[in-house]
Amino acid sequence: MKHAIRISCSRSNLKTVRDFVAGVLQEHQLSDILQNQIILAVDEIVANLIIHSNQEDESKHLDIRVAVEDQEFRFEAEDDGESFSPSEYRDPDLQEHIRAGKKGGVGIALVNRIMDQVEFTTIGTRNFCRLSKRIG
Amino acid sequence: MKIAQHTDNDTLTLALDGELDASSSVSLDTELTKPDILSYRKVMIDCQRLNYISSAGLGVFISHLQRFQDAGVKLVFFNMQDKVHNVFEILGLDSLMTIVPTAQEAASV
Repeated sequence: MKHAIRISCSRSNLKTVRDFVAGVLQEHQLSDILQNQIILAVDEIVANLIIHSNQEDESKHLDIRVAVEDQEFRFEAEDDGESFSPSEYRDPDLQEHIRAGKKGGVGIALVNRIMDQVEFTTIGTRNFCRLSKRIG
Repeated sequence: MKIAQHTDNDTLTLALDGELDASSSVSLDTELTKPDILSYRKVMIDCQRLNYISSAGLGVFISHLQRFQDAGVKLVFFNMQDKVHNVFEILGLDSLMTIVPTAQEAASV
């Protein structure tokens, strides 16, 4: 893919990733809302990979690649942390989250609702997460 | 994330300035966890300078809402930017939380 960045697995790098994606999207003149949605979906995936797959181990890295081609935004993250199993994922019941005072568990729901395609693949020890969304 | 506090009788206003992500939302959570906050009748969140919110930021509000309701504290959001409001809408949180356009309306809720 056209644009790439490598970050260590620290939450403080989330802002760096958002700025990176904003820079790539800038020339495509998307609405504020659409641009924010795409940045949000990427942020959610990267936060999950940093916190859950790699336990915020700063000696580990994520490779992030982004491209806009044929009116489509594409994102790929590659890491060697624990793989995510989408089959175990359940869409959250927000009212139940409120009742129980739950803090987490709504990030992937945002990603699923924003993106056209959300794909998790593991090849050997490498995990790949790929997202795409039409922007034209 | 900068959080400015203003107290007016039984109302606490927290003005958020910056971005609420998995890193920066910790300070907001600390603020909302303080036991004193339950002594107010209303907590108003001024979102004018809140430029970004992720699920971690939403999670902070989701996790305190019931505790506030049980203590009789109203949680009201106002001055929210369209792109931030959109994130609440994607999950349907706009119908579970009180979000109004202006400070005036927030004061009269």
